[in-house]
Amino acid sequence: MLRIKNINTYYGQVHALKNVSLHLNAGEIVSLIGANGAGKTTILNSLSAITPPRDGEILFEGKAITGLAPDRIVEMGISQVPEGRQVFKDFSVADNLELGAYLRFRSREKRSIIKQDMEDVFILFPQLSERRKQMAGTLSGGEQQMLAIGRALMAKPKVLLLDEPSMGLAPLVVQEIFRVITRLREEKGTSVLLVEQNAKAALKIADRGYVLETGKVLLEEKASDLLENREVQRAYLGKEKKEIWER
Amino acid sequence: MKIWDPLYECMPREDLEQLQLERLQATVNRVYKSVTCYKKKFDEAGIVPEDIRSLDDLEKLPFTTKEDLRLNYPYGMFAVPLREVVRIHSSSGTTGKPTVVGYTKNDIRMWSNLVARFMTAAGVTRDDVVQIAFGYGMFTGAFGLHYGSETIGASVIPMSAGNTEKQIMIMQDYKTTALVSTPSYALTIASRMEQMGVDPKSLSLKVGLFGSEPWSEAMRKEIESRLCISATDNYGLSEIIGPGVAGDCECKCGMHLFEDSFIPEIIDPDTGKVLPKGSVGELVLTTLTKEAFPMIRYRTRDITSLVYEKCDCGRTLARMKKTMGRSDDMLIIKGVNVFPSQIEEILFAIEGCEPHYQLVLEREGDTDVLIVRIEVTENIFFDEMKRQKSFVEQVERKLHSVLGVSASVKLVEPSSLPRHEGKAVRVIDNRKR
Repeated sequence: MLRIKNINTYYGQVHALKNVSLHLNAGEIVSLIGANGAGKTTILNSLSAITPPRDGEILFEGKAITGLAPDRIVEMGISQVPEGRQVFKDFSVADNLELGAYLRFRSREKRSIIKQDMEDVFILFPQLSERRKQMAGTLSGGEQQMLAIGRALMAKPKVLLLDEPSMGLAPLVVQEIFRVITRLREEKGTSVLLVEQNAKAALKIADRGYVLETGKVLLEEKASDLLENREVQRAYLGKEKKEIWER
Repeated sequence: MKIWDPLYECMPREDLEQLQLERLQATVNRVYKSVTCYKKKFDEAGIVPEDIRSLDDLEKLPFTTKEDLRLNYPYGMFAVPLREVVRIHSSSGTTGKPTVVGYTKNDIRMWSNLVARFMTAAGVTRDDVVQIAFGYGMFTGAFGLHYGSETIGASVIPMSAGNTEKQIMIMQDYKTTALVSTPSYALTIASRMEQMGVDPKSLSLKVGLFGSEPWSEAMRKEIESRLCISATDNYGLSEIIGPGVAGDCECKCGMHLFEDSFIPEIIDPDTGKVLPKGSVGELVLTTLTKEAFPMIRYRTRDITSLVYEKCDCGRTLARMKKTMGRSDDMLIIKGVNVFPSQIEEILFAIEGCEPHYQLVLEREGDTDVLIVRIEVTENIFFDEMKRQKSFVEQVERKLHSVLGVSASVKLVEPSSLPRHEGKAVRVIDNRKR
């Protein structure tokens, strides 16, 4: 489905991703884990062309998407849920969702179909349904996260890029969000690339995971194996990286 | 027949190569960071992990040899702290210091699954009773097959090596269906059964998983007919993981090498150059999934070739031919590479010829001369000079057609060749280098 080979991404002079290669199969949940600054978000931003890689190859369903504009990439079926939700606070819940379907409106897709998709989002997140007229800024953190995911789903993605969906949320809400991610994969076959600080929770729902450190991939393993890896366990608990990979 | 891990064993080549590249890059990043020996070697070669951008770039990395393992004895090559290591194995160390290898919990699980793959390919299922006649201890063979059997769900009998009569008794009483041993020990068991008057057909035995020493197709046929089983080959070495690198499927047309976990290369043992696909040369392996003891371009010293054509069993993995010998044993005669094992196989194939032989190399003028001394046995002791002569000619013809160089055969008295640990001293090279 998604295949990345040797991407290098820079922030000015800072070499943020060094020869990163990874893949995501159809219907797969893959988790990216690592400490702050390891390059997890940069991978998502490179895929969505927010920070396009300087070189390397990104193939989506066999087609190269490197060099395409972000809106083209969304159109092809890759939607990102940004870190910190980034909902439009002064807009209503329904308006936020409609904005997620902006490109579909632009390409003159039938409004009735888009409306139906919005109802599907409300089925997925019943809490949002009750608040469809409410300003997004007045929602709780968990609800805003649900809205951000819902907004991404309105573009009908085949691949969902999720950046720290659990950040700042209560454990029960996190559970709810993760349950929805699994449900999306089961019901719609959506592939998910999941960036999480909460590595344990992420690996529990993921099929595979990549461990990143300073812009490089250090491990690719089955999620269940990564959960068993004590060095990953310690990384998750936030110990100094130096202590973890070196003796 | 069942495939244990179809996702990886039947992966389209394109997907496999992507996975290999990802895992190779991750492994290289990791060893550069955590193993001083690799960092030093890479730095000396002027290589940084970012130089590995394709599978072809693997060639740029320096080789790792047994000597590196000795220099870093015991734990210097480990990529994780010792507290993460749950198992330590080592080689016998007959020539100098032993080599030490380690496994994390995940490594053991991965190893078990790789062994389960080739055991399944050989026909072992959860209904089988597996008798392991490898020695337990520091040797990886017994443990690897033990874990593989348990992973499949078969019943394991951890017999360990030796005490042949007891092996046979257990085989009869416990209704063993699968035998794990060296191929030569399988023949020892067969001979003892014949002496004891045990009919192999009266046993439940149906499959043998043989490894840890090179053996020929002729030997496979002999084991199969004498024990009435399917004899399968598997390949591995403790430096890489132990058994579980490659194994036969039901087609027995080369051992499927688990390329999602190991990248194989075939090199010229003299120049170190990577040879084109299909060539015969030394096998070099790079591990892709090992946590505790990753190996970058380890020179196995085993001579073989790889076949990339699709196999009838459905697996897409490359197949590795039976090892022809060790690159250390390779003889260059008139510019042709010759392995003692090739000669052994020819002698074995010619009926009645017990392979107690010796190769003598002489140089007459500028020409190499190969003399094969064969101990005569009752089977090839002929009263008639004429028959003896025709036998010698038959062996010479066969040697010439297989090796590509001519050899002269001399028959010698029984037990006249010097023995070393029960085996004849195989090669005497009198040529001046």
